[in-house]
Amino acid sequence: MQQPAIAVRGVSKTYATGLTALKAVNLDIEPGEIFALLGPNGAGKTTLINIICGIVMKSGGTVLVNGHDNITDYRAARSLIGLVPQELHLSIFETVWNTISFSRTLFGKPRNDAYLEKVLRQLSLWDKRDSKIMALSGGMKRRVLIAKALANEPRILFLDEPTAGVDVELRQDMWQVVRELRDTGVTIILTTHYIEEAEDLADRVGVISKGELILVEEKKVLMKKMGQKQLMLELSTPLTKLPKKLADLGLELRRDGHELLYKYDMRSPKHSIAEVLAAVTAAKLRFGDLHTEQSSLEDIFMGLVQR
Amino acid sequence: MNWRGVWAIFQYEMARFFRTLGQSLISPVISTVLYFVVFGAAIGSRIQNVDGVSYGAFIVPGLVMLSLLTQSVSNASFGIYFPRFTGTIYEYLSAPISTMEMVLGFVGAAAAKSLLIGLIILVTSAFFVPLHIAHPLWMVVFLLLTALTFSLFGFLIGLWADGFEKLQIIPLLVITPLTFLGGSFYPISILPPFWHAVSLFNPVVYLVSGFRWSFNEVSDVSVWVSLAMTLVFMSVCLGAVAWIFRTGYRLKN
Repeated sequence: MQQPAIAVRGVSKTYATGLTALKAVNLDIEPGEIFALLGPNGAGKTTLINIICGIVMKSGGTVLVNGHDNITDYRAARSLIGLVPQELHLSIFETVWNTISFSRTLFGKPRNDAYLEKVLRQLSLWDKRDSKIMALSGGMKRRVLIAKALANEPRILFLDEPTAGVDVELRQDMWQVVRELRDTGVTIILTTHYIEEAEDLADRVGVISKGELILVEEKKVLMKKMGQKQLMLELSTPLTKLPKKLADLGLELRRDGHELLYKYDMRSPKHSIAEVLAAVTAAKLRFGDLHTEQSSLEDIFMGLVQR
Repeated sequence: MNWRGVWAIFQYEMARFFRTLGQSLISPVISTVLYFVVFGAAIGSRIQNVDGVSYGAFIVPGLVMLSLLTQSVSNASFGIYFPRFTGTIYEYLSAPISTMEMVLGFVGAAAAKSLLIGLIILVTSAFFVPLHIAHPLWMVVFLLLTALTFSLFGFLIGLWADGFEKLQIIPLLVITPLTFLGGSFYPISILPPFWHAVSLFNPVVYLVSGFRWSFNEVSDVSVWVSLAMTLVFMSVCLGAVAWIFRTGYRLKN
């Protein structure tokens, strides 16, 4: 098996204030994947990222970056990583070009103007290269942060809520950049509040809540769960027993015979809705109302984190 | 060794200095001129020679030291406090750069800036008093050691401070009094015995004394004691910096 890009083993964190942010988290990030870390505010997403990147000290456990321990072999570990922080932490008096050149040199990489130009063009920042950062809009500043993270040619990129407070157009541009990076083999770990983003981009999804990683799943598996839909029929007169024909179609009787329930897979239902309704009518049953419900990733997510 | 990283920090810090070159240079020049007008010309003319040296020439090493100390502390403390304040420190902490490399970049730049200012003051003073430097090499050694030591000290203050007030308070409450009481403007031998003894606990006394010796071979304490005390103070600061980075104090949660 290929060595994981990031291996988190029993990592815990208790802050000096006594707050436990992480409880023995285990997580493997596979090389080349896009991994989305979901969780409510204060769940520990940023703490986990900051521990991996060396900004926060862990209380226990180990972190391996491509097999390099992030404490004892921090040079090898950190030189693989690019980090886009959640907040707009920038030296506002600097020009865009100087600030990204600084990032590259700080990481010990030799000067490569052609590469930096490519990064700036990719992020539509090339025209702004001589502008001072304080003159840029919020969205542009966000792009500069990404350019800084990319300046040292990372193999693993962390994006901590990169689309918080960013307009739709920029968000789409950003995801385009993320996809292009993934195509060059860069491993990407992102945190987000927007579940659609995780659905759109991620290969795998992890859900973190109260410092615990409560779910790590392939997105496809999650989508399958999400694809479950329910059709509810409210009967005008309650039934005591479900007719055999309807039971064979997979219908269930609920709420003391007041409601018929049909669960189906949205993409490939065993029986079409028309078929089900026709069978109900054929059974001489009359219904006053009908509605459908869909369990979304959001429902799954909320169900998990509220436990 | 990530020399490029050290260079990146050094260059970045120096760029800030050169961006505001006018302010950086004019204020030390003006304050030196003021000191010479007040202490050298006005008061100094009524003071007899100190150890065979005119009072104006006597205070030159003290004046250079005064600026060197305050500039080193303020440059270095601001240099590291600012990224902590703006949050850009995240980049330094996540870069493949060691503690000592980071210190080298920040402290090196702060020391280089204050050395430049020290030299400018020296040149300015040459317009007011005849400048005689007996041991140029020793002078450079003391300048370098002092700039580095107090830049390290400033770096510590910049790490410790959690607000701009604290950044000001140590230079104001500690550095300035220590410098004024450290024999910048008088030889400590003229003090009454009690205050003379107290002065010996002031590290600045050793810096100024050694530095002054390199000019006119007159000193309060032996030049070797000066050198040793400077190195001791430097090691203490280095030890404290190493401890801070190991424990993450004020840098990492």
